[in-house]
Amino acid sequence: MTRPRLTWGLGALATVMLMAAPAFADDAPPKLDSGDTAWMLASTALVLLMTIPGLALFYAGMVRKKNILATMMQSFTICCIVTIVWMVAGYSIAFTTGNAYMGDFSRIMLHGIADHIVKGNDSQAFVLASGVKDVADMATTIPETVYMMFQMTFAIITPALIAGAFADRMKFSAMCLFMTLWSLLIYSPIAHWVWSPSGWANQLGVLDFAGGTVVHINAGVAGLVCALVLGKREGYPNTNMAPYNLAYAVIGASLLWVGWFGFNAGSAVAANGRAGMAMSVTQIATAAAALGWMFAEWIVKGKPSVLGAASGAVAGLVAITPASGFVLPGGALVIGIAAGVICFWSATSLKHLLGYDDSLDAFGVHGIGGMVGAILTGWFSFGPLSATDATPDGSPGGLAQVWLQCQGVASTIVYSGIGTFVILMVVKAIIGLRVNEEEEREGLDLVLHGEQVF
Amino acid sequence: MKLIMAIIKPFKLDDVREALTPLGVQGLTVSEVKGFGRQKGQTEIYRGAEYHVSFLPKVKIEVVVGDDLADGVIEAIAKAANTGKIGDGKIFVIDVERAMRIRTGETDIAAL
Repeated sequence: MTRPRLTWGLGALATVMLMAAPAFADDAPPKLDSGDTAWMLASTALVLLMTIPGLALFYAGMVRKKNILATMMQSFTICCIVTIVWMVAGYSIAFTTGNAYMGDFSRIMLHGIADHIVKGNDSQAFVLASGVKDVADMATTIPETVYMMFQMTFAIITPALIAGAFADRMKFSAMCLFMTLWSLLIYSPIAHWVWSPSGWANQLGVLDFAGGTVVHINAGVAGLVCALVLGKREGYPNTNMAPYNLAYAVIGASLLWVGWFGFNAGSAVAANGRAGMAMSVTQIATAAAALGWMFAEWIVKGKPSVLGAASGAVAGLVAITPASGFVLPGGALVIGIAAGVICFWSATSLKHLLGYDDSLDAFGVHGIGGMVGAILTGWFSFGPLSATDATPDGSPGGLAQVWLQCQGVASTIVYSGIGTFVILMVVKAIIGLRVNEEEEREGLDLVLHGEQVF
Repeated sequence: MKLIMAIIKPFKLDDVREALTPLGVQGLTVSEVKGFGRQKGQTEIYRGAEYHVSFLPKVKIEVVVGDDLADGVIEAIAKAANTGKIGDGKIFVIDVERAMRIRTGETDIAAL
């Protein structure tokens, strides 16, 4: 028996070519694998851990005392909002067949997700784009509920990452509306392009194992647009905006690191060798990036800062995200070092050079790190990792693949950038984006939530 | 009675306390404070953003003693808190008009 196909990217393109093979209807229903399902249940919990409390702590640790609770509340609330948005329509737009640009509405309110459940168990595994003419299906070995939940945790962390760019100054009500619209109109379609077998980027052959374009470039660019539209924080850059509790940030970065194994190794959607390689390269790239940032800072600024090492680790996690599942340890080492050094430059120099106030460097770390990773994936991709019966060579790296990666990156930048700008204008017209100057000085904890930390 | 207020380096607090106990000092109040003097501040860097912090952490000791003990206490603090480096702090002495122990109502020297 051939193993059910599950490859992001080129594998799906190859399966299109192989559609001369028997149509899905002739096959036996794809079988569930309890080992794969168990790993994906665990991965789902790990990825949720990245947002709450991982990202909440990472971001809260970098703001001033008066904004700590408000910053944590952003991650926490986004987790809740996106859960409901995903259930209502987000999942349907992202992962049903639809067309090349977005899914259809067949899973609105998760309608039909229990179709295969018999006697408390799924009678068959979830197949993306099943039984549709001209589109290769993509079979998994897990129930659709697990796939839907795993993807939901990705949909949660992506908008939560953006919050770092407008920290300390956005109205809570505006943030809630912005995130709802952004999740539906920006995240879900891009996830469809890249990860659904019917998506155009997937069919083109853009490689993105765990979300370099969908999650990180997307969130980073949206963050940059938010920072530009909302404007600088009151008093930036002359007043002291030193973080109040960097220990939080280090704990948060460490939780992100641990949770990221679910993010990257879980993106194999199976407990197999590819997941093992994804986990290995994640660890290697992260360590290399933390050291890269640390040594770069040590040389340039004279001291290896704790925040620098933690930021470098996050940059490495970001950069290896699209590459994990495609590259080998040697490639991961290069990707990690490149991400650490380049993100050090973008977060400490580029930002000041261009003068925008991306408070917690959502763009400097996630946007730039995502681009470094997405492009280098095209160079370091090791064919056999993504090889299938249909494509015995897999997706080997090379200039042609780098060019495809650049197209994926550019499309994400353009769509996310313009879409975010339009949504911000709509929200601005309805409720306004920023708290007023006095409220900002007072601090968001007290003004928006009526509470104080410590 | 004199109020002796000393601003010292935080890590010298235990040395000062040990120097004062044998003199018969019955109690003192300690606060964590920040300030600046001739010792300039420090520079902190967070992701390339440099902030000059001019207020450094110090410990403030307040102790009230009878006039007879004052000179000994000042001398003991000055000796115990001295490192010879800039930033060792200062001692101020203020006259105290009255004192009262809240529990018993004792006043002045008896209240110390």
